[in-house]
Amino acid sequence: MQKKRKKSRLYEIWRQLRKNKLAVAALVVLVLLLLVAVFAPLLAPYPYDQLNAKLSFADASKEHLLGNDRLGRDILSRLIYGSRQSLSMGVVAVAIAATIGITIGAIAGFYGRWVDNLCMRLLDIYQAMPMFLLCVALAAILGPSLRNAIIALGVGTVPGYARIMRASILTVREKEYVEAARAIDASDANIILKHILPNAIGPLIVQITMGVGGCILAGSALSFIGLGVQPPLPEWGAMISDGRSYLREAPRLTIYPSICVMLSVLSCNLLGDGLRDALDPRLKN
Amino acid sequence: MLRYIGKRLLMLIPVLLGISLVVIILIDITPGDPARMMLGTQATEEQVEQLREDLGLNDPIYVRYGRFLWNTINGDFGTSLMTKRPVADEMLLRLPYTLLLVSLSLVMSVIIGIPIGIYAATHQHTWRDSGVMFLSMICVSVPSFVFALLLIRLFGVKLQWLPLSGVESWRGWILPCVAMGLGLTALIARQMRSDLLEIIRQDYITTARAKGLSEGKVIYRHSLKNAAIPVIMVIGGVFGSSLGGSLIAEQIYSIPGMGDYIMKGLSNRDYPVIQSGILVISSMFALVILLVDVIFALVDPRIRSQYVSKKRGRMSKIAKETEEIQAV
Repeated sequence: MQKKRKKSRLYEIWRQLRKNKLAVAALVVLVLLLLVAVFAPLLAPYPYDQLNAKLSFADASKEHLLGNDRLGRDILSRLIYGSRQSLSMGVVAVAIAATIGITIGAIAGFYGRWVDNLCMRLLDIYQAMPMFLLCVALAAILGPSLRNAIIALGVGTVPGYARIMRASILTVREKEYVEAARAIDASDANIILKHILPNAIGPLIVQITMGVGGCILAGSALSFIGLGVQPPLPEWGAMISDGRSYLREAPRLTIYPSICVMLSVLSCNLLGDGLRDALDPRLKN
Repeated sequence: MLRYIGKRLLMLIPVLLGISLVVIILIDITPGDPARMMLGTQATEEQVEQLREDLGLNDPIYVRYGRFLWNTINGDFGTSLMTKRPVADEMLLRLPYTLLLVSLSLVMSVIIGIPIGIYAATHQHTWRDSGVMFLSMICVSVPSFVFALLLIRLFGVKLQWLPLSGVESWRGWILPCVAMGLGLTALIARQMRSDLLEIIRQDYITTARAKGLSEGKVIYRHSLKNAAIPVIMVIGGVFGSSLGGSLIAEQIYSIPGMGDYIMKGLSNRDYPVIQSGILVISSMFALVILLVDVIFALVDPRIRSQYVSKKRGRMSKIAKETEEIQAV
């Protein structure tokens, strides 16, 4: 019985989303990008670190569709493998941030009073530091690597999720069904997870979708300044940084990875926008 | 009003205390010994130990925290471990660059972004609106360092109109500000549009239209003032993110600002620089947010009423609630 209702709610969102062609296109692009990342070894024509001095800065050819970089590595293969690092920065960092943020926000919103006050003041401190500065400082302090960049991004972007979670919990906390759950002696954890969270999740879905884009963007910036993925592992931001010295001779080294970053972030933003409209009850026809 | 500002200034103190504590803890858990880095690999263990003792690195963390606070209150930000120059002097030289960069790009994005947002909102459901919004969505999705590189390629290398880097002349400022400002412009335009659309749907706008006001008057007299409030809030937040973004712009365009200083400090484990740098940048950010909130209170009578009359009437309660909602 419950399963059926759940399905219909998801279907309702999908039905609303389907009207927004841009959002559907964005969803398709994102799914394709994820598939590329998952099946990178099958799709890439060459290994990402295969050197070939003869092909240094070679133009696009039949063998190498997007040409080669300074060390003669195939750019297309590096872009394909790079999607793994770049997308995982977005997805994993957001997973970390959302988990911590939702927990803090749920506790603050549900218990209220001094717990709420304490959490909010801690978040104030958190947010007083510019987000990117905090991520850079964390990444530099932990030491440059993919894992540390993900941790830095994840920890650095917690407050947004916590605040949204708290706000939406405040709106549903006093609802009758919560009182009903309390009346039948459900535990706090049970009430939060089973009754409040599903009803408060709407705004969070939007924030998470856009957050993935934001983290891909910030992650590429971290790699760009050398605090993210380390060579020879490819990552889009790091590839842009590599191409930077050859901007005059071979601008494509910069442009191709930039397009990849833009495409993935743009898709996240468009999908987030579409979801916001789809979840907004006021816009229901 | 003064009471409000005073209260907000007082609330700043715990926030700044918290930030400095966080920074001290972060530096404490950092692997790598600053003393060892200063002396190089040839130094003996005794020399390193001596330096650690001199720098006070062997003291427990609460002693170091207390000392840092005491020195900072007295205006002493310490000396850089690498350059041996007082951090305060160096920051005084560097801060104007960062502030100029951030405020120029912010001014640019406000001047361009707000009219674009109004234009899009007043042309809703036309191709103009969707075109402008799609373009702005692209601008939001491109990393600012990509803009920076593309601008260098176009105006610096190809057309040779503007210098590639350095800010010796005013022409050097154009590219970094545009590179940083493009994304912000798009962000502000989007916010302006969605706020204006929200306001246009309100009853009092329908009333204004019904009594026969011209469309221009409806938009500029009745809607814009109300729509401006969330935009001002966003500008405050954007200021913070561009303070962070200046880290990268300063690197690309070799601007000797705070971002450059903090990055150097981070790579050298120059902890007095890191501590004070982050604290100063965060205080700037906090002050701007405070300024925004004060403007916010001045513009919005619903909030102003809270602090004008001491009686907590119904209006002020509503104002407090709206403030809380908007703070979220």
